[in-house]
Amino acid sequence: MNSYSLTRSNFKDIFDRLSAEYRLFGPKRLAGRGRFSDTDLITCDFLADIDELEFEEKSFMSPKSVVFPADETTFVFNEEEFKEPLMRDQREIIVFLRPCDINGFARLDKIFLENGDRVDPYYQRRRQKIHFFMIECSSSFENCFCVAMQSNHTDNYAVALRFDKESIEIQIRNDHFNRFFESFGTKSAFTPEFVKEDAVKVELPDNDEMPAEIFNHQMWSEYDQRCIACGRCNTSCVTCTCFSTVDIFYPDSRTCGERRRVWDGCHLDGFTEMAGGHSFRKNKGDRMRFKTLHKIYDFRKRFGFDMCVGCGRCDDVCPEYISFSSCINKLGSTLKGEKA
Amino acid sequence: MSADLNRKKVTKNAFRITKRRNHTALRVRVPGGHITAEQIAMIADIARRFGDGNMHITTRQGFEIPNIPFEKMAEVNAALNPLIEELQVANGVSFAASNSGYPAAGMRNISACIGNRVCPFANTDTTAFAQKLEGQLFPHDFHVKIAVTGCPNDCIKAHMQDFGIIAICEPQYDYDACIGCEACEKVCKRKVTGALSMKNGKVIRDARRCIGCGECVLACPTGAWTRNPQKFYRLLIMGRTGKRNPRIAMPFLNWVTEEVVIQVIRNTIPYIDRYILRCLPKEHIGYIVDRTGYDVYRREVLENVKLNPEAKIARTMQWPGYDTLNDANMRSADYWKG
Repeated sequence: MNSYSLTRSNFKDIFDRLSAEYRLFGPKRLAGRGRFSDTDLITCDFLADIDELEFEEKSFMSPKSVVFPADETTFVFNEEEFKEPLMRDQREIIVFLRPCDINGFARLDKIFLENGDRVDPYYQRRRQKIHFFMIECSSSFENCFCVAMQSNHTDNYAVALRFDKESIEIQIRNDHFNRFFESFGTKSAFTPEFVKEDAVKVELPDNDEMPAEIFNHQMWSEYDQRCIACGRCNTSCVTCTCFSTVDIFYPDSRTCGERRRVWDGCHLDGFTEMAGGHSFRKNKGDRMRFKTLHKIYDFRKRFGFDMCVGCGRCDDVCPEYISFSSCINKLGSTLKGEKA
Repeated sequence: MSADLNRKKVTKNAFRITKRRNHTALRVRVPGGHITAEQIAMIADIARRFGDGNMHITTRQGFEIPNIPFEKMAEVNAALNPLIEELQVANGVSFAASNSGYPAAGMRNISACIGNRVCPFANTDTTAFAQKLEGQLFPHDFHVKIAVTGCPNDCIKAHMQDFGIIAICEPQYDYDACIGCEACEKVCKRKVTGALSMKNGKVIRDARRCIGCGECVLACPTGAWTRNPQKFYRLLIMGRTGKRNPRIAMPFLNWVTEEVVIQVIRNTIPYIDRYILRCLPKEHIGYIVDRTGYDVYRREVLENVKLNPEAKIARTMQWPGYDTLNDANMRSADYWKG
């Protein structure tokens, strides 16, 4: 493993050289595009220039869209045949992201590649092109609880970066990338550090089996009133993978169209709605229960680790100030109360 | 003995004649209704030292300090100086003489809603816009009322002004980021004009129905709807209260920039000067436009204005209101007995 200390201008040169071979993706500040006027939207998107990379603030959206776009065409059809669209840009992709999000990709991998007897080809063909460039977190953000979810740490990166005021420290784990860095900067002994403590403390329930009473417990009913079903917790979550499929017909055609899969979420109205209008979770409290148990209980039963990575975006973005980390803690104390 | 006053001069200096003989009330201008705790303490200090300790919050977001003896006017004006420095001079108002108080009272205090420094719905910083207008328009002797509101909810009642400025936004759509959740379509249908409709899981915006409120942007969970960072405004004109023909202001310009709004209001001053009836003690601008007709007004105030390409101009103008002379509609109690 090599480490280098770079100047800002070194890093700009390296960024440009990387751009010539790779597509670069990461947190991006869109000036004036925030929800409120005169605020910025920090999303995750492809980067054309080093200046577009937002390495200081946490993004509103997660980087999952690089492998799981919000709206993706799975095939186009006419009355005789169907065809999967080609991936037009075959270049490999460098994703700038933080440790929690790298751990988030391990969750996405489970759902798209190992859940059931076949891999998801649309996910896989993007996923295998990805290299992680990890942005070190010097401290946690407002709602982070990565330490509780054990997603504060990872070794799964090609390059780690620390953005200091003047310099940029990097460590290269994937030697393939050495050639971009070795002619710049000076050798160093940099190794990235990881957040050891978050301000938000979360105690995960340690139940192997969730008592059946939790299903109808009144602790969920407060969310009936509080949640407005906007779905921001789902769309901003790095591990939410639900989608709906829709078939659309091209205008002026009776026979041609395409099938798409579009992000959906358990908090949104219409999610998993059945023919005849039957809805499994009409109350918002039921949706909160479904999400909570999926993120910190039943995913673990299947895959051995929790789905939630504690990035805290759901808490960042909720317009109604619903805190998911507080909900986990409420569930924990409810369970303790029941046990006692 | 009563003071020997030049009443017109006094009024122009923002001191008014009050019921109480030999006592005046000072109108303090607070552009945008935005003021620091220190500034309000300065106003309170004037009320304590020269008035009777009372202050009135005016409908236009200024203050009126009553019960000041006329002989204290010079001292009051000197005491006003630091406040004028901060609220007028700092915003670009230039004065011939300092320590002489407000040089004009015709152009009323420019009021504004709280705007996007606080309100999530506001499409712009209305406070800053009001302060900028103060710098561009004050002092002036013509009686003109202006208010800036951050969104079409119009909390500041721009519809009751000579110039009501409504900040609007152009929502821009990222087709690929839209997940078809219908949140925008629902909020637009329920709260606004139903400018959005769904087709094939995506949203179609009817630009002619869109009033630029920004509710779709607020509702969108993925950032598919965002505001065009270029700010736009709707300018309503010639609304009024008053004794003869109260009416609401109507849209004159839509989707115009801040520069256009400011230039049109500035151009209105020479228009007033050309057409005002000087036989009256004062004539409100709306009544002048009633006499010259909208066409003349439009032509004269838009002269030399460089309109942005998005700008729309009202073809004709009619103001909903009523004539207070129409008393035929009012019936005595006998009528209702049948």
